Amino acid sequence: MLRKLLIGTMLSTALTAYAAPSFAEEVEVLHWWTSGGEAAALDVLKKNLEAEGVTWKDMPVAGGGGEQAMTALRARVTAGNPPTAVQALGFDITDWAKQGVVGDLGEVAAEENWDAVIPAALQAFSKYDGKWIAAPVNVHSTNWVWINKKALDAAGGKAPETWDELIAVLDKMKANGISPIGHGGQAWQDATIFDAVVLAEGTDFYKASMIDLDPAALNSDKMVGVFDKMGKLKEYVDADFSGRDWNLASAMVIEGKAGMQFMGDWAKGEFLKAGLKPGADFVCIRFPGTQGAVTFNSDQFMMFKVGDANKAAQLKMASAIEDPAFQSAFNVVKGSAPARTDVPNDAFDDCGKKAMADLAEADKSGKLFGSMAHGHANPAAVKNAMYDVITRHFNGELDSKAAAEELANAVAAAQ
Amino acid sequence: MTQTQAEIVPVLTQGADRGARETLQEWLPKLVLAPSFALILLFVYGFILFTAVLSFTGSKLLPDFSTWVGFGNYVRLFNHPNWIVSLKNLAIFSVLYIAVCTVLGLGLAILLDQKIRGEGFLRPIYLYPMALSFFVTGVAWKWFLDPSIGLEHVMHTWGWESFSFRWIKEGKMAIYTIVIAAVWQSSGFVMAMFLAGLRGVDNEVIKAAQIDGASTVMIYRRIIIPLMRPVFLSAFVVLAHLAIKSYDLVVAMTDGGPGTATWVPALFMQKFTFGRNEMAMGASSAIIMMMMIFSIIVPYLYSELRGGRRS
Repeated sequence: MLRKLLIGTMLSTALTAYAAPSFAEEVEVLHWWTSGGEAAALDVLKKNLEAEGVTWKDMPVAGGGGEQAMTALRARVTAGNPPTAVQALGFDITDWAKQGVVGDLGEVAAEENWDAVIPAALQAFSKYDGKWIAAPVNVHSTNWVWINKKALDAAGGKAPETWDELIAVLDKMKANGISPIGHGGQAWQDATIFDAVVLAEGTDFYKASMIDLDPAALNSDKMVGVFDKMGKLKEYVDADFSGRDWNLASAMVIEGKAGMQFMGDWAKGEFLKAGLKPGADFVCIRFPGTQGAVTFNSDQFMMFKVGDANKAAQLKMASAIEDPAFQSAFNVVKGSAPARTDVPNDAFDDCGKKAMADLAEADKSGKLFGSMAHGHANPAAVKNAMYDVITRHFNGELDSKAAAEELANAVAAAQ
Repeated sequence: MTQTQAEIVPVLTQGADRGARETLQEWLPKLVLAPSFALILLFVYGFILFTAVLSFTGSKLLPDFSTWVGFGNYVRLFNHPNWIVSLKNLAIFSVLYIAVCTVLGLGLAILLDQKIRGEGFLRPIYLYPMALSFFVTGVAWKWFLDPSIGLEHVMHTWGWESFSFRWIKEGKMAIYTIVIAAVWQSSGFVMAMFLAGLRGVDNEVIKAAQIDGASTVMIYRRIIIPLMRPVFLSAFVVLAHLAIKSYDLVVAMTDGGPGTATWVPALFMQKFTFGRNEMAMGASSAIIMMMMIFSIIVPYLYSELRGGRRS
């Protein structure tokens, strides 16, 4: 009985494992772009591939930062049956590459000269050991400020360019009876602001503290100053901020209940969906003191080792992702900038054009950095250790001096 | 001779037949149980062992048995501020949750046991929250307690402007809102357990006490509640393990916030294993949680089994 049961189980497992059709070209894609605009953007890629005779097998796993998708991926890889392509972010790509399970896009990358058109800071994630393993789709930059134009006009009308000007505008907005900052109290949102405040202290400091994780920079007077500024910004947040989702915070700015939001450029989608026009109804600026520098996160499709039968389809998909026409079409809808710097900007709105120009400038001057808040400056364990400290400080559990000390300790413990 | 031999043979085979059937009857239950036993052995105890082994490795993203760190993960665990917060919250949560649920459950059961009219209607009302998943309870309570849309907002629109109840937004008080939601969910179930116990009390005993002139309060205090001892024990075990593995309620209500104020061990385990790529740390926290559960279940089983032998 036991043996029959075992044999039966083994047979059925074997059958499912080898049941995959090997005739048609097919890509199986694991991703978390399931909501309206994102799904529509991805559909463009799907159609382009189908035109080339490649079947798209969708494997959507919903959930914001892709945590559930990564859990699903663990199971598939452990079972020895990974999908063709997986949407992934930053250090997750490197972590998977270390497991020796990713594919090689070398042929396509050499043919299409990716090395020359994709910013080096992105290549740091798309390549492992000198080999192309992932195809970047977009660049989101995270040091944006989204300001309600009416609220700004009522507060003097000039977009702030320095910390002091920012505080002056916030004070006026407060006096005008709105909550100056629309913010959601979730660890990653607190960290998004923190990112920008650190960057405003200078790109060298950002690199030393967030990317190189230099203990002397992490526990420094400058870092205490950063935490002081975070404490100052907290004064301009409404009382019910804790736990609020980012899009609800955007809605507060859209409705004029709040003056501005510090958030990545996915927030732009919320403003556009509400029928607001960039420049006329809302203003997009870089966080005061960070113009010229960009912190980014980039969605990429990481390619896994697949059999020879599916290799051709995988390369076709990679090539379709880096097609300039697709890069433009996708990123117009998604609100991000293309991952290639040679894509024409005609189809983009003013904020999009600014994003592309800023990105190209930062890339040239070496001021393009992975965002700590979005897993592109350091691995997940370190990132979350920083989150803990930032969010505890923002919620008043630590004072600035203790926070800087704790930051250095937590990072050391997580490495 | 031949005739007798021919007669004997069927008798013999019949005997062998009966022997085979008896053997089969003896083996059948074991055979039928074997698959589920094997599955439990592998998927419960096997994986407990796997987790325990994992907790001594340096696993990050995937299980990795090439680096061994001994008790390093446990040392890191007990030096991690989030784990300490998780343990404190677990202590607050489980003590209050178990105590309040038991007291409320017993109280409701005693009131319902007064042979009141409409009991059949009232009982399910208290019991139904248990039919909801903790996640649904969590979302509902999150909205209800959110000052900008829930209770406080409603009170303000009704004109009670000074009303303030914002525990869910305050780091020091947020864990108590989770206790409130959990008690709302489970006390009806505890009530049902006590009600069943109360119905099992021998009426003769109560009548005898009444004849002796004992007051109702006295009867409950001295006779009925002490008789509920096994129900107390069962309720404790059910509630205690629910408390230790509480996860969905916290995720739905606060997701550990504000800050890290409402982290609990199960949340810690999930976040470290799957969010932070610290699988070994996650495994060691899971082992600690399992030890906590064992420390409750094992004495319970021991007392139950010993009790069984005594009777």
